[in-house]
Amino acid sequence: MDIPLDYATLKVIWWALVGILLIGYALTDGYDLGVATLLPFIGKTDEERRLVINSIGPMWEGHQVWLITGGGALFAAWPYVYAVSFSGFYLAMFVVLAALILRPVGFKYRSKRVGKAWRRNWDWALFVGGFVPALIFGVALGNVLQGVPFDIDRTMRASYDGGLFGLLNPFALLAGLASVAMLVVHGASWLVVKLEHGPVMDRAVKYGRIAALAVIVFYALAGIWLWQSGMGYRIVSDIDPQGQANPLRKEVLVEAGAWMGNYGRYPLLILAPLAGFAGSLLAFWALGRKSPLAMVGSGLAATGIISSVGASMFPFILPSSINPTASLTVWDSSSSHITLFIMLIATAIFLPIVLAYTAWVFKVLWGRLSIEEATSEGKY
Amino acid sequence: MPDLLVADLSRWQFALTAMYHFLFVPLTLGLSMILVIMEGAYVMTGKEVWKRITKFWGTLFGINFVLGVATGITMEFQFGMNWSYYSHYVGDIFGAPLAIEGLMAFFLEATLVGLMFFGWDKLSRPVHWLVTFLVALGSNLSALWILVANGWMQNPVGSEFNPETMRMEITNFMEVIFNPVAQAKFVHTVSAGYVTASVFVLGISAWYVLKGRHLGLAKRSMAVAASFGLLSAFSVVVLGDESGYALTDNQKMKLAALEAMWHTEEAPAPLTLIGIPDQRTHETHFEVKFPWILGLISTRSLDGEVEGILPLVAIAESRIENGLHAYEAVQRLNDNPEDVAARETFEQTKQDLGYALLLLRYVDDPLMADKETITKASFDTVPNVMMAFFSFRIMAGLGFLFIGIFALAFFFISMKRKVPKWFLRVAILAIPLPWIAAELGWVLAEVGRQPWVIDGVLPTFLGVSSLSASQVIMTMVGFTLLYGTLAVIEISLMLRAIKAGPGGRILPEGVTSEGPTGGRSVQFDV
Repeated sequence: MDIPLDYATLKVIWWALVGILLIGYALTDGYDLGVATLLPFIGKTDEERRLVINSIGPMWEGHQVWLITGGGALFAAWPYVYAVSFSGFYLAMFVVLAALILRPVGFKYRSKRVGKAWRRNWDWALFVGGFVPALIFGVALGNVLQGVPFDIDRTMRASYDGGLFGLLNPFALLAGLASVAMLVVHGASWLVVKLEHGPVMDRAVKYGRIAALAVIVFYALAGIWLWQSGMGYRIVSDIDPQGQANPLRKEVLVEAGAWMGNYGRYPLLILAPLAGFAGSLLAFWALGRKSPLAMVGSGLAATGIISSVGASMFPFILPSSINPTASLTVWDSSSSHITLFIMLIATAIFLPIVLAYTAWVFKVLWGRLSIEEATSEGKY
Repeated sequence: MPDLLVADLSRWQFALTAMYHFLFVPLTLGLSMILVIMEGAYVMTGKEVWKRITKFWGTLFGINFVLGVATGITMEFQFGMNWSYYSHYVGDIFGAPLAIEGLMAFFLEATLVGLMFFGWDKLSRPVHWLVTFLVALGSNLSALWILVANGWMQNPVGSEFNPETMRMEITNFMEVIFNPVAQAKFVHTVSAGYVTASVFVLGISAWYVLKGRHLGLAKRSMAVAASFGLLSAFSVVVLGDESGYALTDNQKMKLAALEAMWHTEEAPAPLTLIGIPDQRTHETHFEVKFPWILGLISTRSLDGEVEGILPLVAIAESRIENGLHAYEAVQRLNDNPEDVAARETFEQTKQDLGYALLLLRYVDDPLMADKETITKASFDTVPNVMMAFFSFRIMAGLGFLFIGIFALAFFFISMKRKVPKWFLRVAILAIPLPWIAAELGWVLAEVGRQPWVIDGVLPTFLGVSSLSASQVIMTMVGFTLLYGTLAVIEISLMLRAIKAGPGGRILPEGVTSEGPTGGRSVQFDV
């Protein structure tokens, strides 16, 4: 089979596509996670919590598929990355899974009975299902930036040195908090778009604005930390972008400040962190005016922040802190040429279709939601 | 060399989470189709009663659906978490159908399922039906891609090992998609899902009829379940996936194991109805055999030979010996990709590379293995005969029972006869049976494939992650507690919804039904 795109180009395209899937997840399910995190703080009565839950009730299930497809894409496009990260973060992955399993059940089962304890328990389950993944996704990115303690032997078997608590280091926790704050802003912005004006929206605005300021502070702190602390890796040997995927055929060194190097080489990349700050500011301002522009701001912030992580690290995907040479990069951790091409075709066909029917569902469900509608029979 | 204990624990965890996941999948597959039929009746006739019927079964569908989705995430993550070497070794092929499943199928069903529940008064009747249809289509397409992935584990076509990357890579994606094993599995599995849902609908409706409640709903639902179920029950038996068992040595081994056929019999081979297989002495005690049947079923001919277990072990032994040449060549190519002699040896022997890996269970360097070890490893290629033998017989027996049940139901309904009480009771008692059959089907498929995780390519114990046993035990306890709790909640909600019947979606605690009025006169507010 003749493949019309060369291997290196496909590797870069897939780097961008994995980023797009991640950003797609943050933009869609991200606000569901944010709303669930806000749930106990902005819904004071059962009816108010019903309202908050129903604002995301019909759509979250589709949104979650961004994560599942992202996992599948990681498996298909970067098998090494999928294998090393999922087994390396083993217990953290389990915690995320448990939280994500509680979420669908919480949405569907909460309304099936009216008992107070029953509903309170599911409210907490929903909160956990929002807050915990939001935190751990950030913590995971924080660890990836620092490098993860794994090694690969010559049969390509990965081993991992470290446990759950090693992941919870200060920098990673800062990244986790930034992630929670970012998704809370996005959730609050969604509520401003979706709810009828009232006390629930007022509370969402209050917490959303605090979170927007927190994003700016945490993100700036993380940036300074990254710059000052000596984090970063650099490939010091030759590496063939067209070469076969074998992560052991290069040499990598830890190099202080290397994560800032790309901004010097490609100054346009600075747009990503700028979007992170500008989006947060826009969300802060628009939330105050209860303007739907808040959603644009929080979406821009999420896109910018996630892109900035990718931009800083390129071509690294998963650096190894104990054997930097085993680090996984865009050039040497992907699937074969033909698989990347087949998957690109599949994505090019199906992703636009997904976007089209998702947009249609948004349109059908368009309109502000009131407590009366949310609590009427059969509306859950 | 991975830890065998971690491999065993990871297998237990996979079996536990996969079998739990598959409690919900068949009902989702089948009930979504039944909803399409029922709502189709509503769209065509415009009768309100069909809308009520659709909504009632839709409620049960929803309770089941969320757990299917929730436990499905575990399946997708678990390959990377517990089977990271597997993920590396075959991700180039195996990852693609999983990703396409997400893009093509899961997005569709998950995005539209919300509209199916929330969209009744936002959409016109035909458009709402279309949404229901697309949810069913998404679920069934989802099964297709998952079974393409699983079918490839059973019959790894369209791929070969690349010594430079130390993994399997795609050579022909069309072969992976149109893998005959995958296609047979797909038809067999979705039909089993349709049977499951039909038995479910038939049984619950029978209970209503027996109690004299919601008769309008119950009788119509029974008619749908009986006809849809009868068709599906025929297809699940006729289109069983035995046809794919003649394709590879390991598939042949699975066939021989489920028949407990130790030696090759003269064609056409007899079918063993029942017996007690003994894996140690290689005999089956108390056999009852039917002449010809097995040969006819599995080779679709009078002269096709069905090979026995022991001759297949002998083949495995020679493949291990041959595979050692490939193993050595891979080592040399890994050091020097330009080694022409090694490349040539590899090209000639690569189909047996996986067999050499079986030796890693016993020795660190397969090239050092003695004759005795090789013989021992060749016997590892025999799966657990007892489990394969009995799970197949129970599954197949239940398959025929379902045909009988649906045929009777169909007879009573189409002849406009009063359905006798004993049959209603049988229908209620039958509710758990399709789950048993479906789970045993998976036991047969996966236990029958052992010792391989990818047939003939990668032994299961090698696929595992470098985890500690305590880590896996922690997650296993975690999954057991979480899944156990959710199972209790799920079943209690199902029972409440069934007791409440149509129109009773939330009731104050303690109240279980609208009263004895039956489906027709109940105020309908959902």
